Amino acid sequence: MSSRQPQTLQSETKLIFELSAPGRAGYDAPETSGELASVQLPAFRKRTVAPRLPEVTENLAVRHYTNLSVRNHHIDRDFYPLGSCTMKYNPKINDELAALRGFGSIHPLQPYSTVQGAFELLDMLSKALLEVTGMDAITLQPAAGAQGEMTALLMFRAYHIKNEGHPRKRVIIPDSAHGTNPASIAIAGYEVTELKSGADGLTDLNALKAALGPDVAALMITNPNTLGLFESRIKEIIDLVHAAGGLVYMDGANLNALMGISRPGDMGFDACHMNLHKTFSTPHGGGGPGSGPVAIKRHLEPFLPRPVLTRQSEQYYWDWKRPDSIGNVHTFFGNFGMHVRALTYILSLGGNGLKEISENAILNANYLRVKLRDAYEVPHDRPCTHEVILSGDRQKAKGAKTLDIAKRLLDYGIHPPTVYFPLIVHECLMIEPTESESRETLDEFVDVMLRIDKEITENPELLKQAPYSTPVRRLDEAGAARNLNIRYQPPA
Amino acid sequence: MLRDIGVSSFEDLLTAVPSHLRLGRPLNLPAGKSEFEVKSIMTKLAKRNANTVDSISFLGAGSYDHFVPSAVNTLAGRSEFATAYTPYQPEVAQGTLQVIYEFQSMISELFAMEAANASLYDGGSALAEAVMLACAQTGRKKVLCPQNVNNLYVGATRTLVTPMGLAVEPLAIKDGAVDVAELTKKLDDTVAALILQYPNFLGRIEDIEPLIKRAQSMGALSIVIADPMAMGVLEAPGHLGADIVVGEGQALGNYQSFGGPYLGLFATKGNLVRRMPGRIAGVTKDVEGRRGFVLTLQTREQHIRREKATSNICTNEGLCASRATFFMSMLGPQGLKDVGDACLKRCAYLRKKLAEVSGVRLSFDGAHFKEFSFSLSKDPEQFVEFMAKRGILAGVPLRWFQLGMDDAILVAVTENRTLEEISQYVSGVRAFMGGQE
Repeated sequence: MSSRQPQTLQSETKLIFELSAPGRAGYDAPETSGELASVQLPAFRKRTVAPRLPEVTENLAVRHYTNLSVRNHHIDRDFYPLGSCTMKYNPKINDELAALRGFGSIHPLQPYSTVQGAFELLDMLSKALLEVTGMDAITLQPAAGAQGEMTALLMFRAYHIKNEGHPRKRVIIPDSAHGTNPASIAIAGYEVTELKSGADGLTDLNALKAALGPDVAALMITNPNTLGLFESRIKEIIDLVHAAGGLVYMDGANLNALMGISRPGDMGFDACHMNLHKTFSTPHGGGGPGSGPVAIKRHLEPFLPRPVLTRQSEQYYWDWKRPDSIGNVHTFFGNFGMHVRALTYILSLGGNGLKEISENAILNANYLRVKLRDAYEVPHDRPCTHEVILSGDRQKAKGAKTLDIAKRLLDYGIHPPTVYFPLIVHECLMIEPTESESRETLDEFVDVMLRIDKEITENPELLKQAPYSTPVRRLDEAGAARNLNIRYQPPA
Repeated sequence: MLRDIGVSSFEDLLTAVPSHLRLGRPLNLPAGKSEFEVKSIMTKLAKRNANTVDSISFLGAGSYDHFVPSAVNTLAGRSEFATAYTPYQPEVAQGTLQVIYEFQSMISELFAMEAANASLYDGGSALAEAVMLACAQTGRKKVLCPQNVNNLYVGATRTLVTPMGLAVEPLAIKDGAVDVAELTKKLDDTVAALILQYPNFLGRIEDIEPLIKRAQSMGALSIVIADPMAMGVLEAPGHLGADIVVGEGQALGNYQSFGGPYLGLFATKGNLVRRMPGRIAGVTKDVEGRRGFVLTLQTREQHIRREKATSNICTNEGLCASRATFFMSMLGPQGLKDVGDACLKRCAYLRKKLAEVSGVRLSFDGAHFKEFSFSLSKDPEQFVEFMAKRGILAGVPLRWFQLGMDDAILVAVTENRTLEEISQYVSGVRAFMGGQE
């Protein structure tokens, strides 16, 4: 019997395997009796050593995972200004509707006549996303933003092969690009050309002109960019790339700044993706599931992943006859559960509501910029969009880095902003409050950030040892890689 | 608030957006609706779909009607799990990270492999990633793929790997199983891996160990696509020598949901861990010696390694993996075996009963796990429509899968099917064959 000590939130947890005892079970499989039990089975190689899954009751499992859950920070707990992730409030109606049996319990390969409601949902979502982005056609198949990026790059590739006989060689990205961008480029079979941003944080048009050539397949760019700044010369940028025969892709991670204000299609982009788990409020799930639809201009339509949703004589069906399609990227049709949630959100807000969201996202980020600019360096101190970049350089000079500021924020019950990204700002803090936050929350955050700055001035060592009150304190990440333990090994 | 920011109007914050790029009109979308109205609209859409709770489903082909215990929904519905994000700040993400670690442990155990990652998007993309890994590991550029591997998985794989200069070469099948003569002919030192599906797409349980050994004798890796729900009754691929095991985890506590979100499973031998795609959680200590969990080996990943990353994956299927963890913890080894037995028996029983109906021909002999194919002397799509009218989702016509089996149907029988429902299926077949309405 283990002896229980007085408990705090910092008490060590057990693994589910450590709660296991032989003979316990949390599940009764349906009975196999009578005629079913007496069926003869042909021979096959049977499992010799049973998998060492835990043996726990439902009660023990529920307690264990409930106790683990409270060790998480999450949006329903408190402020979560993780830049680039758009941690807005997740409306509960989304989850309730996604769980309806007519959405959650339909098989992807049911006869078309039995899933017309699902098809219509996808059509409604598609049309709404096309209106928001100003594009011509869309695929809902990609399961996340990175898969969306890859899908678009593969369509670009197919386009070039169709028109010129070869895919071209390079894709240009700014030095502020999200890591998935160059990773997707490499997987799509292209070389990465990185463009140094201008002093104003935006694309340097002269550098772009120098980098362009007949071997450039595309430019991949985020607008507003990862510094939270709108690329004012985006039309010129796109025209330059088009003139060189290339295509232009917009990473739509920052769409929360644009809805009802400006549209990628109107800017001239050939393709853009959206993150339904960012802009359209589907829950982040601790790392997914997400959804990364890709909207395109008409000239890319032949290359869309198959199948494509089609309607004829009042009936929807999947069109699999797409000879120029890049193929499927998801096994089936994408993350339908997230499509349900995103459409629910769009219906709830309407066109007017979506615009208000972007406006409030921009308002909140600028409010933080202005309130923090005295204590923290704002590298680009002019109106930003939905996120604001700070540098922790001044604090570093006083003895505590951005990393330490992040760890100290945890003690105040606030999730840190994104740190050390984008790479082009020293000691970067990327703060995205989203539209969901009240002024009181923003004021509290400002107050905490100013308090932390004061702590650094008086006693930087305090931050270096933070956090103090979280379920665990600073963890040895180097040690984790050195003494690799990535699965439980039961005692022999 | 505008005053505090120091501007007189909101427009002053948009000076960076040129006027020619301003939309200048409202979005052409209906105005926002009340919760009541939204529920009404969405409920009507849901009601227009036949579902697998009110109908009797015998559908498979990569998505299955397996039982989801209520407690899985309760736990997955907790905001602490649902509204958190990727555990970049591990000190406040120990719930997510420990669940990932337990998930990795259980998947490793299920497949009898040394290590597993935190999830990929689905079975198809997991196969694609496995092919990329095998080619990177061996330096070879081609994999062999029998035609009894799920076509949609192969499609997703080809889409991804072809631009990288890698090839997925089809391997003929014989009587629904891998044609060993063909394999021997095609296996040489240009082959990075042999893909095997287990049970295969047509539901048959093949003896994969000799095929794995054959591949390895030529320096190729083996990639086994395994059904996690079969792992209580079938010998584990890790005990048969598999190098990489991938699979679809939808069956583990996740709903069919019209094809997504699903759950890509990925497990390997120890020597391949540093090439694994996706997130991996590991154990460590904090500054006061407490056990804790962190994302580890992050230098494989896109946010560190960028274009040299092993994969571009970022957001994966976190909550689906959490559901699978809750599910597997409650199932335990006995539950997994019981479900496996339930599927084996029900499947064999339906096969036996169908074989007694004249005009029905079972496609293959031998052991099947939870699905099998059969053909009728009548049109399969008409059969499916006939059964749908009787409230039965009767199976997937195999003409959709370019296997040269255009007159056949793939039917799945899971632990959710009762004796009465199976008997109704057989009656339905008799009625269809007898020319009834």
